[in-house]
Amino acid sequence: MDMTEFLTALATQGFLQSALAAGLLASIGCGLIGPYVVVKRIAFIAGGIAHSVLGGMGVALYFGQPPLAGALGASVVAALLIGWVRLRWRADEDTLIGALWAIGMAVGLLFIAKTPGYQTDLMSYLFGNILLVPAESLWFMAALDAVLLLLVLAWHRQFLAVAFDEEFARLRGIPVTFFYLLLLVMVAVTVVLLIQVVGLILVLALLTLPAAIAGHYVHSLGLMMLLATALGGTVNLAGLALSYGPDLPAGPTIILVAGALYVASALLAGYLARRRAQRAAGEGGNAKR
Amino acid sequence: MKKRQCLTAQACPLARGGEDALIRVWDLNFAYGAVPVLEAVNLEIGAGEFLGIVGPNAGGKSTLLKLILGLLEPQSGRIRVLGHPPAAASRLIGYVPQYPSFPRDFPITVEQAVLLARIGGIQGPLPTKGQRADQSRGTANRDPLPGWFAGLRPGGYSGADRAAARQALAEVEAEDLARRRIGSLSGGQLQRVLLARALAGEPRILILDEPTANIDQRLEGDIFDLLRRLNQRLTILVVSHDIGFISSYVGRVACVNRTLICHRTDAIDGQIIRDLYGESVRMVAHRH
Repeated sequence: MDMTEFLTALATQGFLQSALAAGLLASIGCGLIGPYVVVKRIAFIAGGIAHSVLGGMGVALYFGQPPLAGALGASVVAALLIGWVRLRWRADEDTLIGALWAIGMAVGLLFIAKTPGYQTDLMSYLFGNILLVPAESLWFMAALDAVLLLLVLAWHRQFLAVAFDEEFARLRGIPVTFFYLLLLVMVAVTVVLLIQVVGLILVLALLTLPAAIAGHYVHSLGLMMLLATALGGTVNLAGLALSYGPDLPAGPTIILVAGALYVASALLAGYLARRRAQRAAGEGGNAKR
Repeated sequence: MKKRQCLTAQACPLARGGEDALIRVWDLNFAYGAVPVLEAVNLEIGAGEFLGIVGPNAGGKSTLLKLILGLLEPQSGRIRVLGHPPAAASRLIGYVPQYPSFPRDFPITVEQAVLLARIGGIQGPLPTKGQRADQSRGTANRDPLPGWFAGLRPGGYSGADRAAARQALAEVEAEDLARRRIGSLSGGQLQRVLLARALAGEPRILILDEPTANIDQRLEGDIFDLLRRLNQRLTILVVSHDIGFISSYVGRVACVNRTLICHRTDAIDGQIIRDLYGESVRMVAHRH
């Protein structure tokens, strides 16, 4: 595989430019929301939302509606349902998410099976098809990004408070239920953004890995968002480039790039932490001598 | 198992009749599921008091605090904090929990964590003495609350918010920690920062749940000296398992073990402690 071939293709092929645009738009969403998912430890909730989306897509297809609209509807309903159950009956949260996860997929598969001519699209919903992103989807993604950005800019203090310490936020008069549910809805929107690129099975990786890598090096949510967005863009570009030459599916390639980067970063961060600790212990030893 | 009771059940009224009580609790009952935790609790806490709450583990101390904070709803009975229902008045209270309710590795600096106390808005100006006298019985201590919409205000912090956070950190002698990550603090430093976070909300009342449980004894005295200073302007409730230690700081001790009874600090002796904990507890005599 050589890079110049990819760059030439990128300059001349409209579908590659669309793919890159979709990747970059998706990385804005995962950069903004991924850090919340990581620090609030709600990756499992995000996974439940992502998989239940197939139900909405299947229903939308069956009734001849755009599947992305169905995905958006289903993801928001799933987010509100999970959030509501978690705030009310904390104990049953895991079971409910697991159930929603499987039921959503089952509903989607049934409706898709009964929709003539759409079976071939199933793989692209599950694993993404970044090379076939239509222009109107790019506008849709850009609009969702704009909404996410506005919400994060306006209420970053409240989201931080709710992510950091719900009990204290409640005592300080912050409407915790509202902001928690809003945060889950924003996760749902991000899931829909990412489905275009990597499909709903692989969404979780793009949502969490760039943010987790950023968390190895920076120590504020704002910086995590910037770094995760940049990393998400890089991973998308690299995955696209690597998959182009050997004609690999782009979604899984992007995920493997993100995964490899995460493992390397975790090892590096662990090494740096050990070296810092050794140095600190060394200084302590010198001081005693 | 023998039910451990505090001496005899009796209410805990203020000597002067309770009209100026900041916190009033009447006939409070609370159960977690089928397990009764608090029964027939009556309590009045006056302005400027330093009240210690003691009792055995699982006796209901933390539960009582959470009820006063409005984090739990009682099955029966009534609580008023400065004349308001607890959930509405929580912004008038600075709360220091026993265990930090956040992950220690959260990417946030001390200053950012303290600033979070400012989001929901700060109480309005206190009514003047004249206004207070005009008000009818029962609402005499009703303090103005910040509007409910304050918690929705978008954007960042004001200069006043930042100044208040800095001042709160200075008050607990932790200004030098402002830029540190919360996860890098020692137990004693974290306790000071949690206290600063409570103070940054400009409370009238400070409620602390075992503020010294996780730090060593030398620092325990420092924290309580600090609380004694804060008591000059704030009413303080502090939960502790260490009745012998806190009796030299607090004015009154409420014993919570299912129900609640009060002791004046100077009346605490070995017999009370034995009755309370149901076994002999080693007590170190100290002068007041």
